[in-house]
Amino acid sequence: MKELTCIVCPNGCTLYAEETEAGFQVAGNLCRRGEEFAITELTNPVRTVCSTVATAFPRVPVIPVRVSREIPKERIFDVMEEINKIVVSERVEKGAVLMEDVLGLGADIIVTSSILSEQE
Amino acid sequence: MERPYDVTVIGGGPGGLAAALKADEAGAHVLLIEREARLGGILKQCIHDGFGLIRYGERLSGPEYVERFTDSFRQRTIACLLQTFVTAIDQRKDGFLLTVVNAHGVMEYRTKTIVLATGCRERTARQVAIHGTRPAGIFTAGTAQHLVNLSGQMPTKRCVILGSGDIGLIMARRLTLEGAEVAGVYEVKPEPSGLRRNIAQCLEDYDIPLHLSQTVTRVFGDSRLEAVEVARVDSSMRPVPGTEKIIGCDALILSVGLIPENEIAETLKVPMDRGTKGPVCNSDFMTCVPGVFSCGNALHVSDLVDYVSESGELAGAAAACYRPEADCKEDVPLLPDGSLQYIVPQKINVHDGKETVLYFRSRETVTDGTFVIEVDGKELFVKHYRNLRPPEMERIKVDFSGSGLREDARITVRIRQKEGAR
Repeated sequence: MKELTCIVCPNGCTLYAEETEAGFQVAGNLCRRGEEFAITELTNPVRTVCSTVATAFPRVPVIPVRVSREIPKERIFDVMEEINKIVVSERVEKGAVLMEDVLGLGADIIVTSSILSEQE
Repeated sequence: MERPYDVTVIGGGPGGLAAALKADEAGAHVLLIEREARLGGILKQCIHDGFGLIRYGERLSGPEYVERFTDSFRQRTIACLLQTFVTAIDQRKDGFLLTVVNAHGVMEYRTKTIVLATGCRERTARQVAIHGTRPAGIFTAGTAQHLVNLSGQMPTKRCVILGSGDIGLIMARRLTLEGAEVAGVYEVKPEPSGLRRNIAQCLEDYDIPLHLSQTVTRVFGDSRLEAVEVARVDSSMRPVPGTEKIIGCDALILSVGLIPENEIAETLKVPMDRGTKGPVCNSDFMTCVPGVFSCGNALHVSDLVDYVSESGELAGAAAACYRPEADCKEDVPLLPDGSLQYIVPQKINVHDGKETVLYFRSRETVTDGTFVIEVDGKELFVKHYRNLRPPEMERIKVDFSGSGLREDARITVRIRQKEGAR
């Protein structure tokens, strides 16, 4: 039995999860998403990575980005390395894709603020 | 002088934007005043995800969440003054006279109502007694967040974090992602003060140690911080001699609590609640000064922005419908006992025909607790909670209209613990 803290929502349920012959048994969750989280956490834990990328605009030296979908937890620092290679030189808007399918993980690096396009 | 505004919102963060939007939708003539160059408040620098889960069912980053509001704000072309400070508010017979200053000079605006959406401030090093020199390298978590996420500057290579508030936990992860080493998070209390999901996803995911019942007692360094001394504390939070340890670091990051910002409210002599450190208000989020409303983190520090927006909307809508002849004399106080840290709003309008939104925090961690509101000894509202924790604010909706509330009613609020449980 493994004890986990669910990170899906602010409730932060304490989950008790184990793999049995009958499949995964999850207890302590208030909703279905908690069960899904526990199973993913035991098989292939994933996380969202949020960071910033450098820009060519001195008044806005960095803009925020995130991955468009969760990536495997053990690849977080690999993805950070890719994110840190990006330099934005156009006035991109929120939602713009800066890097497609980062490291073949199926997630894009997307812009999460329109601060640059506001500044024209 | 321009025609008076119906509603002037002070503060352009998630609370103020929501208030201005709702007031405008209700047909009011609205002005929003913001001291920074950009709308959005603190969410501009909160680049992590997890915002809007309640409101939108999505896990947005801070900028994504708040830009939904700033986008609609611009579409509705609501009047707005940026990089503008309110320097004085005078109460007049028919409302208020605001004096503001910005790059164009000093100006005056008349308004019938004011919504205070001034947010909160971080406690600083001065407010947590730490001995030693005054080197550079001591930042609040919010300052560190500003440096990394807006200025693109790394404030540390190896740091110690004092306090386990959510921003401190978020910054522990953020600094680690950017290549810094977080030597540890030290919390003077025996329980963490941030949300448990943040302990899990910001500390445990990155093997950052959390030291409970320990605190920073000294700082060392001349021009730049070189080390801090940490020590265990006893049950009354006093450092235990002989338990001191020196940790080398170039930054100490403080996440030791947030306090509602109410300088303007104080000049208006708005009565404050000692539990929330924000104004006492009624179910319309109006303070005891008629025409002055409060919302968001200025009212009480929320842990979720969704509720900041909600209280902003409620305050903005109420300010838009404000009639000076209705004052707060007919408000009945809620009387929480010691089991609650606070409940907001603190008073109920007896003529309220609608459901009242209430926010509260438990004083202690309670398992199997029941939240009870009684009117003159009769149960009006009961809700069971599997867990109640001081860091996690609860929100409920209560209909007082059916209870035949009178001005002399006695409304008591408490958390009943299961027998034998604690």
